[in-house]
Amino acid sequence: MRTVEMYAALWRVLPGPWWVKLLLVLLLIAALLFALVEWIFPWVNSLLPLPDVTVSE
Amino acid sequence: MLRIEVMSQPPLTTRRSLTQARRKRARKLSVVGVIGELLITCGVLVFLFLGWQLWLNDLILGSVDNNDAAKLSKTWDASNSFVNDGPVISNQEQDFGEPVVSKAPAEGKTFAVMYVPRFGKDWVREIAEGTDLVNVLNTRRIGHYDNSQMPGEIGNFAVAAHRLTYGAPFKDINLLRAGDKIYVKTEKGYYTYVVRNLEYVDRHGVGVLYRVPQVEGKDPTARLMTIMSCNPVWSTAERLIAYAVFDSWQPVSAGPPAEISSLVNAHG
Repeated sequence: MRTVEMYAALWRVLPGPWWVKLLLVLLLIAALLFALVEWIFPWVNSLLPLPDVTVSE
Repeated sequence: MLRIEVMSQPPLTTRRSLTQARRKRARKLSVVGVIGELLITCGVLVFLFLGWQLWLNDLILGSVDNNDAAKLSKTWDASNSFVNDGPVISNQEQDFGEPVVSKAPAEGKTFAVMYVPRFGKDWVREIAEGTDLVNVLNTRRIGHYDNSQMPGEIGNFAVAAHRLTYGAPFKDINLLRAGDKIYVKTEKGYYTYVVRNLEYVDRHGVGVLYRVPQVEGKDPTARLMTIMSCNPVWSTAERLIAYAVFDSWQPVSAGPPAEISSLVNAHG
């Protein structure tokens, strides 16, 4: 029995021959990485406890 | 090959219903499969975040602050009508007398930059007033304890910065060795300090901030600098302290000390 998973489904949804699909996938990954570094990671970082480097009583 | 396949297929009607059935089954979403994919995706995202937080972002923020510090340093040169055209050798011999001590700036204001050749040939970072995490230390700058002395002042000029994350200015604090030069530049001039020793204290070791470090209430006679960051690298349990002793002072108009002149020049 063939089952459908997310990424297999994504691959099937993408148009064109395999190399166009590959190109599109790489573009999607690049866009995702950009969004992560630009917005999502800084936001997650702001939720984490702050590391202290000073001395105090 | 296709033809052989077609010919070996059952009659048309049956074949159509078979493919329909197969297609229907093929559309069925595998719940376990999707959960697995989601878990793998989450794992990859966590590792990406760690790589970003502990490495990539420090590189990015570090270079941003390098540029900001160099630019700021340049504006001080300009306001002193100093033409920076190469190393001035003679100023090493010249005595400019007592160092000029600036008044304490407003909280959060960048008032100095710091050059440490041991941290890299083009290493320069901003020093801001105060050690507040959100306003100063997490803005990739070095923080100056506002209850400690100013550069060149008799007593203790104490600063702290992150060793990891937020640009990690003091990433390599453990590499400092006795004799290493630390150059602090303000609007007024260059203050050269020489590293004396390292010390490890726990995070409550406020004695390092005293005007004579570790001796409470004693009146200072020397000009010291205390730089600190957390220790060990991945922890905040201890503090690694580097003490540096004041060596010399020269006004901005005299040009930078020879060791960092090419760096100060390079940044235009």
